[in-house]
Amino acid sequence: MCLAIPGQIVEVVDDEHRLAMVDVAGVRRTVNVGLLDVNGTGVGPGDWVLIHVGFAISQVDEEEARATRELLERMGADYEQELEELKASVIE
Amino acid sequence: MKFVDEFRDAALGRAVAGEILSLVEPGRHYKVMEVCGGHTHSIYKYGVDDLLPANVELVHGPGCPVCVIPMGRVDDGIAIAKVPGVIFTCFGDMMRVPGSGGSLLDAKAAGADVRMVYSPLDALRIAKQNPDKQVVFFAIGFETTAPSTALTLKRARAEGVKNFSCICSHVTIVPPLRALLESPDLRLDGFIGPGHVSTVVGARPFEFIPDDYRKPVVVAGFEPLDILQAIAMILRQLAEGRCEVENQYKRVVPYEGNLRALEVLAEVFELRPHFEWRGLGFISHSGLKLSEAYADLDAELRFSVPGVRVADPKACQCGEVLKGVIKPWECKVFGTACTPERPIGTCMVSSEGACAAYYNFGRFAREREVV
Ligand code: SF4
Repeated sequence: MCLAIPGQIVEVVDDEHRLAMVDVAGVRRTVNVGLLDVNGTGVGPGDWVLIHVGFAISQVDEEEARATRELLERMGADYEQELEELKASVIE
Repeated sequence: MKFVDEFRDAALGRAVAGEILSLVEPGRHYKVMEVCGGHTHSIYKYGVDDLLPANVELVHGPGCPVCVIPMGRVDDGIAIAKVPGVIFTCFGDMMRVPGSGGSLLDAKAAGADVRMVYSPLDALRIAKQNPDKQVVFFAIGFETTAPSTALTLKRARAEGVKNFSCICSHVTIVPPLRALLESPDLRLDGFIGPGHVSTVVGARPFEFIPDDYRKPVVVAGFEPLDILQAIAMILRQLAEGRCEVENQYKRVVPYEGNLRALEVLAEVFELRPHFEWRGLGFISHSGLKLSEAYADLDAELRFSVPGVRVADPKACQCGEVLKGVIKPWECKVFGTACTPERPIGTCMVSSEGACAAYYNFGRFAREREVV
C-alpha cells in the first residue's frame, strides 16, 4: 500500500469533487487531485502525478514519472498487485 | 564491487559508491537508519547494502504503516467487522495482520463482510451503494495516507453520507523517531528521511534531529541511486562535522511540504494523547483520531470496540526489528513459524516490512560482498 505510482492526467472529470481521469501504464482510472490544489488552481490535463490510494499526492515532471515507473516495473509482483488494485478501484 | 546496472545511471552509481568509500573513517562503525519501509524494500531488492563498505550498516526503521499496528487495534477492527449489517473495508495488506484471535481475513472466512479496497473513496462509494448497511473504513498509514482519508471524510460530510464511518489508526512519523532517539538500546549516526511522507509534511519536521540530537537527516527518493546518494550525503556531513536536514529528493519533496494536505489534516484529525505501536509500546501524540467536528463519523464512537491492549505473541520480535535492534533473520521464528504466507508478526505481512523484504529477496544471513 505504500507505493506511489505515476500517472498522467487525461482530463478533469468532476471539478466539484476534484476528480480526474488518469492514465497509469495504459490503465485509465479516476483519482482525486484535490491535494494538489493551490490558491484555487490545480493540476490539469497532461500533468504527471504520483498516485497513492486513489489520490494524487505530488506533481512530478515527465522524466521523474518515467524513471519512477521503470523502478516500479522492476519491482515486479508488488507493482503488478498495486496495478490490479487500482484497476479494481471505482472512484466516482 | 557489485555491478550497478540496475541504476538509472550506472557510472554515477559507481562514483557515489566510491565517494562513500572515501568518506568513511576506517575503524569507525556507522549506523544509518532508513526510516521508511519503501526504502527497506528498495535496499534489499537492489542490494544497496552490498555496495557499502563493511563498516556502514543500514538499520531498518519503524516506517511501515502495516507493521506498527498493534494486536489490540486489529481486534477492535474485527469486533466492528462482526457486527451484523456492517461492511468492513480496508487495504489489502491490513487483512492479513494477525490480531489476538486471527486476522480480518479469518473473520471474512467466518462470515463477516470484509472487503479489500484500493482507496478510501472506494469505501465511500460502497457506502453510497449500500444505504441499508453500515460501511466502516479501517484507516491506516502515516501522513502520506492520512490526507486521503481526511478528504474522503470531508466528502462524506459534504454529501451527508450517514452510513459511513472510519476507525482511525493513522500515525505520525516524528514521535516514533524521537522515541527511538531517546531509547538507550540504539546508537544511530544518521537518518535517511522518508520520501513519500515528506511530500506531505516536508523536510522541516525533521529539524529536531540535528537540533536536539546532533544527527544528520537526508530525505531521499526510492531509487537505489537515491538511497546511495543520501548515504553519501550523511557520511559527508559526519566527515565535515555538520548535522542538518538535507533534501536529496527535491524533485518531489518541497521543504515545506504540501500545505493543502496539512490543512485538511488539521481540520479533520487531532492528535491522540497516546497511541500504541506494535512492539514499541505507547508513544505520546503519535496517533490521529477524528476531530470533534468529525466525531459523528468516528467508528470507535459509533460501535463498541474492546479497546484493550493485547500483548504481542511471545515468539514475536517485531518490536526489536522495528527499532532496528535486531535484524529480521535474528528473530527466532523468522522463516520458520513466521512466513509471508502465515505471518506471526506484522513485519512479515507487508512487502515494505523488513522481515518480508529479507524473506522475499533471500537476503537473510547472507554474506556481504567485499567492496
Ligand atoms: S520474523 Fe515474524 S515475528 Fe519475527 S520479527 Fe519478523 S514479523 Fe515479527
